[in-house]
Order: sequence, then C-alpha cells, then structure tokens
Amino acid sequence: MLNNYNSMAQPLWQNGPTPGAFYNFTGGQQQTQKLPKELTTAGPFGTKRSTSSITTGSSVLGIRYDGGVMIAADTLVSYGSLARYQNIDRVFPINKSIILGGGGDFADIQSIKRTIDQKMIEDQCYADGISMKPKALSSWLTRVLYNRRSRMNPLYIDVVVGGIEQDGTPFLANVDLRGRAHEDYVVATGFARHLALPLVRERKPKDRDFTAEEASELIRKCMEVLYYRDTRNMAQYTVGVCNATGTTIDGPCKVSENWSFAATIKGY
Amino acid sequence: MFRNQYDSDVTVWSPQGRLHQVEYAMEAVKLGTATVGLKNRDVAVLVALSKPSSELSASQRKIIPIDDHLGISIAGITADARVISRYLRSECLSYKHSYGSAYPVSRLITNLGNKMQTTTQRYDRRPYGVGLLVGGYDEKGPHIYQVTPSATFYNCKANSIGSRSQSARTYLERNLDKFLNSSNEQLICDGIQAIHGSLPTDELQSNNEDAPQLNITIAIVGKDQPFKILNELETKKYLSMAKLKGTPAEPSRPDDDEASTSRPDQADSGPRDPEVAVATEEL
Amino acid sequence: MSSLGFEQFPDYQVPGVSHADFSPYESNGGSIVAIAGEDFVVIAADTRLSSGYNIHTRTQSKLFPLSNKTVLASTGCWCDTLSLTGLMKVRMQSYEHTHLKTMTTDAVAQMLSITMYNRRFFPYYVSNILAGIDKDGKGVVFSYDPIGHCERATYRAGGTAGSLLQPVLDNQIGYKNMNLNGEEPPVLTKERAVAVASDTFISAAERDIYTGDSVLINIITADGIETKELQLRQD
Repeated sequence: MLNNYNSMAQPLWQNGPTPGAFYNFTGGQQQTQKLPKELTTAGPFGTKRSTSSITTGSSVLGIRYDGGVMIAADTLVSYGSLARYQNIDRVFPINKSIILGGGGDFADIQSIKRTIDQKMIEDQCYADGISMKPKALSSWLTRVLYNRRSRMNPLYIDVVVGGIEQDGTPFLANVDLRGRAHEDYVVATGFARHLALPLVRERKPKDRDFTAEEASELIRKCMEVLYYRDTRNMAQYTVGVCNATGTTIDGPCKVSENWSFAATIKGY
Repeated sequence: MFRNQYDSDVTVWSPQGRLHQVEYAMEAVKLGTATVGLKNRDVAVLVALSKPSSELSASQRKIIPIDDHLGISIAGITADARVISRYLRSECLSYKHSYGSAYPVSRLITNLGNKMQTTTQRYDRRPYGVGLLVGGYDEKGPHIYQVTPSATFYNCKANSIGSRSQSARTYLERNLDKFLNSSNEQLICDGIQAIHGSLPTDELQSNNEDAPQLNITIAIVGKDQPFKILNELETKKYLSMAKLKGTPAEPSRPDDDEASTSRPDQADSGPRDPEVAVATEEL
Repeated sequence: MSSLGFEQFPDYQVPGVSHADFSPYESNGGSIVAIAGEDFVVIAADTRLSSGYNIHTRTQSKLFPLSNKTVLASTGCWCDTLSLTGLMKVRMQSYEHTHLKTMTTDAVAQMLSITMYNRRFFPYYVSNILAGIDKDGKGVVFSYDPIGHCERATYRAGGTAGSLLQPVLDNQIGYKNMNLNGEEPPVLTKERAVAVASDTFISAAERDIYTGDSVLINIITADGIETKELQLRQD
C-alpha cells in the first residue's frame, strides 16, 4: 500500500486480460483503472473521510420462521441524542423474495439501498424471470462492505437481509460494516443484540423452527422491551415480512405503552 | 462459396444486405467435427465427436467445463474456443465469488453474445471462428444454447453443429417429442445415436466403436449433477447401450453441408439466418 | 487508526487532517484443532461466532472444505476469514480448470501462504490450520500465522484457545517429556485423535469465553470427509 495507492484495486485475474478486453489493438499495455473517489485508498497525507456515523438508526431485529422471515425496526433516525426523524421506515422490500433492514448511518443505508435498487432494475431488464435471492444479496454485501473497510472508508451500516431462496427455504443473515456475515434463525443489530437476542433464543424450540405466529409475537414483545430499555428507540415500528407469497411491510405498529408502573418506582 | 467484391472486410455490406466475412466465419464451424446437445426435464447432455488431426497427435478436447453448472461443446477453431472459454470461466467465477451462486445460463450467453457481436462490427477485429453448444443448468432448469460466430444465439430443445451435423439434426427433429420425458440414460443414448449419422462413412462401415481414430465424448449437467465429462468406462457403457437401442441416424450424404448452406430458394433472397436451429424455445 | 501508521511520526502529520477511529479488525473468536495420523487427519473447530460479550451465532462452521482431501479451518477476524476462504475457493477452481486436476494438499498449503503474504502490510487477521491427505496418502497439518508463515506439523491448535489447547496436544499426541521407558509411543488411531480433539474443546470451553456451543469435526481419509458434531457448554 505504501508504494501503490491502487494496490487494493487489482483485477481478480492477474497476468490475463480483463473480461471484454481481449483485443487491445494498439498495444498490450494494461489500462490504468480510474476508480471512483470512494474506492481509492489513502494518499500519504491522508484523505478526509467520515470518521463516524451521523444520523443513525438503532436496532433491527430479524427472525426466521418455518415459512419465511420477519424483520422489524423502529421508525426513528436519530441525530446524536436528538430524535431527529421520527417516521422513517428502516425495513425495505427489495424484491419479491428479499427484505432488508438497515441499522447504523442512515445516509449510508440510503446509499447502499440505491445501489441495490439499481441492481434489481438491471435484473428486471433481462426480463428472464430470474431475480436475486437473499443469499446472493448478502454475499454481495459482504464483498462491497469488506472492500470499503479494506480501504479504510467503511459504510457505517449494520444490515439484516432476509428472504426466501429459490427452493423455498427461508434465509436470514446479518452483515456488518466490515463485511462480517452470519446466518441464523435470529439476528439483530444495535441494542437488540443485547436485549432481543437472548429473549428470542430462550424461546426457541430445539426440534423445530418458529411458526409465523410465534415469530410475530416475539417481534412484538422484543420491540416493546427495546422501546422501554433503549433510549434511542421509539414506540413506533414497522415489520417486513417475506414468505412464499412475496414481501410486505406491515405497520407502522405502536408499542402498547404502559407507564402505570412508573408511579411505583421510588428512590430517584 | 466464392470470393466476391463485397467480402474484403467484415464491415463491408453486400448490396443484398449480407456480411460475407461473417458468413465465411460461419463456415469455420462446419470444419469442426460434429457435436450434439439435448436435454430432458432434469439434465442437459452434450455429445461430441473428436478426431485427432494426425496420427501423431491426440484428439482435441471438444467439451470444455466452464463451471459446476455449465460446460460448452465446440466446433470450429479450437484456439478461439479457448479464448471464449476463458472469458466464460472468469465470468462464472467472479459471479460465484460475489454472489455465491451460479451464473444464470441465459444471462451468461446474452453477455457472451454481446461480446462476440462487437467483433462483427469493427474493422480491426474478426468474428470468432467457432460455434458453441452450451449445456447448462440453473434455477430455470436445464438449457441447451447454440452460439454462432455471427454472435446470434438460440435457446434450443436440442441441436447439433459441426461437419455432417445435418443428419444428427434430422435425427433430433424426428425424436424431439420424446426427449423431454425420457430418462437420463435414454437421453445420452439418443445423443450418441444422433451423432452416429455424422460419422465419416468409412468409420461407420468399420462399425467398430473401439476404432482409435474415433472418439465420442459425453458430458452431462443438471439437477444434483455438477457438470461432468464421462470417463472412458462410462462412455463405453453408454456406447454399447446406444448400440442395443434402435437404429442410429442415417449417415449423411456427402453433399449435406452444401445443401444446407446454399439452398436455391434462399441464395438471393437477402439476409438469411445463417444456420437453422432444430427447435428453439420460447423465452 | 491508519494502516500506514504515520501518525506515530509527528513530522508527517499534516494540520487539518483527522484520522478515522475506525478499526478494520475485530476478533470474532473461535478455536481450531487438527491432528494428523498415518493415513487420516482430524480437524475440528467450535461453532461460536462472537464479538466481545456478544454471541452472534452458535452454529457457525469454521471449517471450509477446499477439496475432498483438504479442509481449511480459519478463525480470527471473521470478515477476513470470509474473504480469504472465498479467494481460496476461486483459486482452487481456476487451478482445476487450467491444470485439469485438483490441487494437492501441499500445493494448497503453499498457495495459502502466498495468498496471506500478499497482504503482508494489511494482513488477514486470522489463524489458519490446513489439514489434508498429502500426495503420499499421509495425513498432514499445516499451520499459519496471520502474514503467511507456514509450518508443516502433525498436530496443531489455533484460535482464541490455541494457547490452552496446544500444550494438551503436546502431551497427549506428541508425548513430549514423557517417560515411555524407552518404548515407542503408540501409533495414533482415528478414534483416539477424535477423542483427544473433542476433549481439548470440552476443556477449552471451560476457560475461554470465545469457545463453546458445539464442535464440528471433520475426519479426512483417502475415501473422503466424514463429519461429526459434539455439543459443548453454551454459556
């Protein structure tokens, strides 16, 4: 990296032509790649980059059940401790078999969402009835996010990808800002990782998957706990559902608040 | 085909609206030995005939694996096929690297077609002199594609290209209806029987599959079956199995190729479809 | 933290330039063990994926079969593991296509070393152990450091509990400093290798919070790869 700023941008295949460039009529020299600014590595005197997230979404919770997946996130996007944007969906339908929940810097979420939407349009342009599957999207996200972290210019996001695979099996995964990915029946980002994960794992039957009813009840319960315990959370949330019939975003739902117990708390 | 004043360059049109250089490239396909592709509901099968170029050399590889879900069978200039296969391999591999899944066959072939088309529209390039039969399997099932040097491609139910392939096509046309529901073994046997018609007459008369001058390569890809070129033992098994079943395709007449390339009714009726596919699929 | 590290040298600091406090690395934990026998090799890894006190999943396999004779186990920074193994798989397939044969375990070992060293100044932060059957049919283990140093061994432990597990293997498999009364140490059987590997994980789960949940064991022989699973404590 010291002697070559583009050392990370080498093509996949060395000592061979890049696809579509077999005939270089005038000479055998390789063209120097012109990279977009966000994909270049730091120069010797540094490059100004975002050093942390600014407008942030908090928890995202995803649960896989026998016939699909559910992803829930509240509708708050904070600016530091300010509850800045209070009515923003953070769970998106991507296509008929993928939903995506985004936590972390919301601008980065919107940016990656635009890129994904463009890919879905390209998919449709082929008009061959083939659409992207959640496993493919999460794999692609690991490559993109790992690439950005390796250039020390990460997208400050933590996303949950869920959906239905070609063979009908539900899929749920979490990809973070470094490109770390894992699959499970429950994944969470932000505070839900501390509060919701244990609640869901505790109720997991050993011999079978959750049912849709169980999953939906767990989501409701967890969003309530998150609202009570996470200061960067709101009483309103949306739930994305992906099953064999397609993707829907339900809500916004309200957490059933009950503060009557507050009067009983003494001592502060 | 004879030289005429409109074939000096690939970019020169003839007044009839033909590109002679491109059509010449189509002829290169017919110089290669024949190959057959066919499919049922679950698998696609490629069968290829190879012959060593001389007694001193081994025969050329006719079937090239591209990825676990895809392979090609070639007829024409082998060196061009190698370049195309390298392109296909690297495309499939980088697709698999980023998406963790197999490149959809139709999209791969569309992109290959786009790449090959540029060579038919630039003075500093020449068309690829190789025809391909692509056998692949993806979420939409098994596929057989034919790709020609003119960069057109057809989604086929079954097809054959290469020298004396007309008789194989006739065989395929006659049996087209039963392929879809036939067993994998039957399908391979049909492929072998189809290609038998493309054998040189003297080879057929000797009627001996063990003849060292003749090699049949068989490849299969499909549901729960990664692309695989059958080994010698398996090939032998299917050759004898095919021999037991029914009559092979009739040997082709020596003027077969001529007949298919310059039909009197098409000779001057403007641009023509360079090669007739057996049966193409609706998209 | 910059990967260039020039902030250590005040002369190179430019006013107005601030540096991201982003760290490209994290430790996601996990332990791996491999034991080679005469004609087999056992390789095992736990299935816990964590960061700090969070357990992301209890079912993450850290074993990556590269061929039917070679398995790579990788732990450390999980995003680096994913990238490295992805790259290895690509290179395995392209080798297979160009050379019309599957890479031997020794060749994979060499390639892994080179692939890792390629990132000498921005390393893959991973602990790798490669196990397989070599060209003579013998079980073999290769272990790596994060920048690609490769060492051939007969048994090795790695990952967060590597330092806990290795001495156990030295004793149980290597018979180090043992009084055998001049006798040859007994020949290692498959069953004993699996038993020792399992026991080391059960022990490690007691003391290492990053190791637990379950162990995946691959037994590689000339006939292929056999898979076993063993539950560990989940706390």
